[in-house]
Amino acid sequence: MAKLIALTPCAGLLPIAHGAAEVTEVVPECLVSVAPYAGQNKATSARLKEQVGTGLSAVNRRVGGVTWFGHGTWLVAADVALDGLAAVTDQSDAWAVVEIKGAGATDVLARLVPVDLRAQVFKKNHVAKTMLGHMSVAIVRTGPDAFEIMVMRSMAQTLVHDLDVAMRGVTAR
Amino acid sequence: MRLHAPESTVTFTFDGRKLKGVPGEPVSAALLANGIKLVARSFKYHRPRGVMSAGSEEQNALVTVGHGAQAEPNLRATTLEVSEGLEVSSQNAWPSLRYDALAVNDLVSPFLAAGFYYKTFMWPRSFWEKLYEPVIRRAAGLGALSGQTNPDTYEKAFAFCDVLVIGAGPAGLMAALTAGRAGADVILADEDTAMGGRLLREREDVDGKPAGAWVTEALAELDAMPNVRRMTRTTVTGAYDQGTYGAVERLGGAPSADKPIECFWRIVAKRAILCAGALERPIAFPNNDRPGIMMASAVRAYVNRWGVVPGKRVTIFGNNDDAHRTAADLVAAGIKVAAVIDSRDDADISGDYPIYTGAQVIATKGRHALQSITISHNGGTRTIQTDCLAMSGGWNLTVHLTCHMNGRPKWREDIASFVPTPESIPGMVTAGACNGSFDTAACLAEGAAVAAEIADDFGLNAKATVPAADHTAYSVTPLWAVPGKGRKWIDFQNDVHVKDIKLAAQENFRSVEHMKRYTTQGMAPDQGKSSNVVALAVLADATGRGIPETGTTTFRPPYVPVSIAAMGAGSQGKGFAPERFTTSHKATVARDAPMIEAGLWYRPSYFPQKGETHWQQSCDREVGYVRNAVGVCDVSTLGKIDIQGPDAAALLDFVYTNMFSTVKVGRVRYGLMLREDGHVMDDGTTARLGEQHFVMTTTTAAAGLVMRHLEFVLQVLRPDLDAKVISITEQWAQFAVAGPQARALLNTVLDQELNDESWPFMACGEVSVAGVSGRLFRISFSGEHAYEVAVPSRYGDNLFRMLTAQAEVMGGGPYGMEALNVLRIEKGFITHAEIHGRTTAFDIGMARMISAKKDCIGKSAAARPGLLGEGRQQLVGLRAKGRDHALTAGAHLFERQAAAIRVNSQGYTTSVCYSPTLKTHLALGFLENGRARHGEVIKLRDHLRDITEEVEVCDPVFFDPTGGRARG
Repeated sequence: MAKLIALTPCAGLLPIAHGAAEVTEVVPECLVSVAPYAGQNKATSARLKEQVGTGLSAVNRRVGGVTWFGHGTWLVAADVALDGLAAVTDQSDAWAVVEIKGAGATDVLARLVPVDLRAQVFKKNHVAKTMLGHMSVAIVRTGPDAFEIMVMRSMAQTLVHDLDVAMRGVTAR
Repeated sequence: MRLHAPESTVTFTFDGRKLKGVPGEPVSAALLANGIKLVARSFKYHRPRGVMSAGSEEQNALVTVGHGAQAEPNLRATTLEVSEGLEVSSQNAWPSLRYDALAVNDLVSPFLAAGFYYKTFMWPRSFWEKLYEPVIRRAAGLGALSGQTNPDTYEKAFAFCDVLVIGAGPAGLMAALTAGRAGADVILADEDTAMGGRLLREREDVDGKPAGAWVTEALAELDAMPNVRRMTRTTVTGAYDQGTYGAVERLGGAPSADKPIECFWRIVAKRAILCAGALERPIAFPNNDRPGIMMASAVRAYVNRWGVVPGKRVTIFGNNDDAHRTAADLVAAGIKVAAVIDSRDDADISGDYPIYTGAQVIATKGRHALQSITISHNGGTRTIQTDCLAMSGGWNLTVHLTCHMNGRPKWREDIASFVPTPESIPGMVTAGACNGSFDTAACLAEGAAVAAEIADDFGLNAKATVPAADHTAYSVTPLWAVPGKGRKWIDFQNDVHVKDIKLAAQENFRSVEHMKRYTTQGMAPDQGKSSNVVALAVLADATGRGIPETGTTTFRPPYVPVSIAAMGAGSQGKGFAPERFTTSHKATVARDAPMIEAGLWYRPSYFPQKGETHWQQSCDREVGYVRNAVGVCDVSTLGKIDIQGPDAAALLDFVYTNMFSTVKVGRVRYGLMLREDGHVMDDGTTARLGEQHFVMTTTTAAAGLVMRHLEFVLQVLRPDLDAKVISITEQWAQFAVAGPQARALLNTVLDQELNDESWPFMACGEVSVAGVSGRLFRISFSGEHAYEVAVPSRYGDNLFRMLTAQAEVMGGGPYGMEALNVLRIEKGFITHAEIHGRTTAFDIGMARMISAKKDCIGKSAAARPGLLGEGRQQLVGLRAKGRDHALTAGAHLFERQAAAIRVNSQGYTTSVCYSPTLKTHLALGFLENGRARHGEVIKLRDHLRDITEEVEVCDPVFFDPTGGRARG
């Protein structure tokens, strides 16, 4: 029997570019959520370090493939075995992940995101769980003019729509 | 007329007439340059009005731009920029601005004083809404909206900074320079097209050079600093909690489809410096509203900044020294000054023009433009020919923003103005004219000083170097209203004059807030920027109180009008709400299925086929698939919550009424969840994938609610439970495969064969689906032999296409929400139509699901008196007596012979359908003591749709009551 064919969350939607900003899809190979059980943060962190090279990151931070993802939860970009230390749940298909980059990226996000993303405040690998338009998102700075945005997979089309409108507005100035 | 020929011009139109203007200058300047004095008709009396000011405080010159759906009314000609092809029209005039029929209102004005409507149009009461108000509204008013959808683009944006400087006059520029040089992150916002404030409008020197040249240098320095952001055309409109400021930016320039007209900013600043300056106030003298009567500072601005001559013989009337700059500037520009009239006896003025001290303007003439004024002087009167009168009643400080968090300004006698109360807005300080410092030297010094202080607070090293500038003191003797007869306008925009305010006082509306409501003073789009202080001074006089005791009305945001379109920017059309699409969306739309919204999700209503003309036909066919062959339906929208941990089972026992710790691994159980008040919150199935691992499903509608509930339970009610919850709704694409052929269909895509032994009813586990690891649940929402198969979402599109294609081969196919609904009603399965928030487990016949062996949320509350027993309306099935008689949801239920009135209502219907399986119309509903009344015939009455039907009460499970089909 033929194997099922996979589609990415933003298939047919990206890339887009207007002016000094472009948006491309990022396809993570694997994403699992890690939520350590009571009193197991340290042990989880140590075990993670053995397996992916970094332990649990601080609140609002990403280190390597480990991204803080809200109350007591991290996203790890690799399948990990933490038997009994933490709840591990596959999230590889749950998120549409895009990258916006270019000199206009910050201006575009300023149209949609209500948090302070200035370079001196929101530095590389800083993470914000916030809103983009009407959607809950996670935003990570990946470079001087580059951000990763994660939104629920089902909302990929609205994410691209909202970014497109904001990019057009910024470009038309 | 212009002082110099402009370098370049563009063509714009005013009421269809082609005019030349300089690009970027205000429309008001271009109109004056073209000799156009009559620009608008007033709000109530349709009086001819002309340009009065040169800023956002303009009261008279309101115009409409564009036409059709893009027409934008009530824009101030003084802040509207001239551009090629700009289409400007006057408002509130018919048939034309010059010959306005409703100017008749002016002739009967003695009858139209404040309060006139309320006193006159009292009877009959019903006429107010239908007749009087519409007529009055048509007669009085400003510009009108098109009533069409606005196709223009607007924008919203967020900005953050250390220091927000509001206003870029001398104080603001110095503040921004000082804070910027110290290294602070600065936003400098100014509502003008160019920064500089009055430095661009007055003739004076700063740092030994013309003020304009100094401004150019200052702006170049600011632009060279990466930590300073200059925002022109941006009015800060409001001060809000925690250092948040609202601001509206007009983008200016030629419009395009992508380019917003306005952007509404929310600026968050650690500190703010208000350098908003001051507004010159008019003097109330008889007929002070004729076109050609302007503010003195505006006359200087038009002459000095835009090189526009507002009149050939200009007169000046003032009560302060500042007004005399006007005469000097006019003379310097070669414009004739016909007279300078100063109300102060002791005014010290000299100049090469007639000067009248201790004099007042007592009359004016000229219908469409000022022709002459009459003054009282030395006990006599004198008439002076003039086409422009520049007036100045002194300056009101622009304290508005300091009052936005309930701050009250204080009266300062020596400058006859309200001044800001310090610390009215946390984190905001004031500097310059808005702080009561009028001369340029003081403005520059204050701006630098406050910015240096703030920089110091940030631990930055700031130097306050201040350039030399003019430091002439400001001296004013209040003159609010000239005595004598005639209408003396105070609020030009809302047509309120001195007598209206005296009338308010006479009728005992003595509080300034009551006076405002009675006369409507300050209630026009300008919110009384120029009129408030004069009005309350007149009220103070009429009530024998001082100005401080009289007080001001409250200044509220926004400082200037903000388009609702800008505040709601991004929320039109597709921006209104996120759209959530399932992985099968494309394949579904390709089958022409009409989509319906379920929360934010889009789900197929039905899948039409050739020859079908009505949804009912499609629905009946799809129900047939499931009852007779096999149907496929995307159920990914149901909430799926992954629950893991040592106490996962204990958590479920606590939130569900029934027991979950006893569920065996590899089995699914139906669960009912109550709110703390004992009513049903949600229902669904929960599968046990491992000893410490469950997957809970929720209804589509309550997915977010249940997730929040579980978080609340874990964080607040039971922090002792060690369990973790996370949504996996988006991770899995899940499809119901239902019908007698369900297993046969699944066996074509699964890598191992299913049978009753390995997959009995309510079994669950991992499976391999066409080479991909997935999950399978043998559960049924249709009453048929059914499964739900889940694969990671990336494979959803492909699996849906595979399953539906195979189903069609087997005589089935995809089914939509309509069929899903019919299938579940036939089985008496509930949805949120039944568990709508006011029903209990008892009501829906599930009281026995509340386990006696344990506690759960809502258990005690559900046992309260009144929530159990015969008096409750209980879930029943209802069967139409006549075969073709459709039932309706929301209809009420009555005893057969009872009158269908409220007090006799015994219940209502919640869900209805035509059952192609049973060939009759069915309903679910709630009926008083319903479970004991099966077999009884009652009356269904829908008053809204005028339907009366006889229905038979029965068990809610209409089809296969023993459930054999699902198990078999």
